[in-house]
Amino acid sequence: MHNALGDEFLLTRRRVLRYLLVGSGMVLPGMAFGNAADALIDAIVGERKAETGELKLTTPAIAENGNTVPITVEAGGPFQGDQYVKAIHIFAMDNPTPEVITFNFTPRAGLAKTSTRIRLAKTQQVVAVAELSDGRVWRTANEVKVTIGGCGG
Amino acid sequence: MDKPRVKVPKKVKKGEPFEVKALVSHKMESGQRKDEASGEKIPRMIINQFECSLDGEVVFSAKLYPAISANPYLSFYVVAEKSGELSFSWTDDSGDTATASSKFVVQ
Repeated sequence: MHNALGDEFLLTRRRVLRYLLVGSGMVLPGMAFGNAADALIDAIVGERKAETGELKLTTPAIAENGNTVPITVEAGGPFQGDQYVKAIHIFAMDNPTPEVITFNFTPRAGLAKTSTRIRLAKTQQVVAVAELSDGRVWRTANEVKVTIGGCGG
Repeated sequence: MDKPRVKVPKKVKKGEPFEVKALVSHKMESGQRKDEASGEKIPRMIINQFECSLDGEVVFSAKLYPAISANPYLSFYVVAEKSGELSFSWTDDSGDTATASSKFVVQ
């Protein structure tokens, strides 16, 4: 009984906080506390537990030009037999479209290491999610400070 | 979309992953920009799919979104047991494609 009351209190407090934020204009009505990008990541990870594992995301700490930010992502070492990385997804959490790119590997790629150049609208978290052939998921994130946003391209 | 450029080593070691680089000219219009004169949104027109095949079998592919910079650049790895040919293809929202290929020798 005590617990039930406690949960209810928490929920209520969260709701009140939300109403306060909406009222003050800090949060738009309908905007979740989480990000649309979080839902996209949740859809990949599902019930699995995402650990950092051997996932390395390399991004500049400061990007002067958000139109072209170099990123490199590497998951584990060389593939061994049928043990390989199936996919790596990149998300820019505060871009108008959070999906950035999905890399799909096969055993014949030999190594899940790839680089590209991305657009970042503003300072934000860049998230990498790797899916392994054995069902494991790795996740890591870097903050990139953007001086001039690259939203429009 | 034009000028596809790929960089594949001419000689590679058997069973050892080697790096491949691919670049193509494309404006990657994000769909977020507005025309300065009319104030209207410029429609999205991006390369949305890239594929690299080894002797006809897909080795690596990528699904691209508007957050990929203009003139998309990709580097990745391939491993081979015997000499072969890598072929590359880029496809944009209009269905337009660009292709390139490069042979390598396994030593």
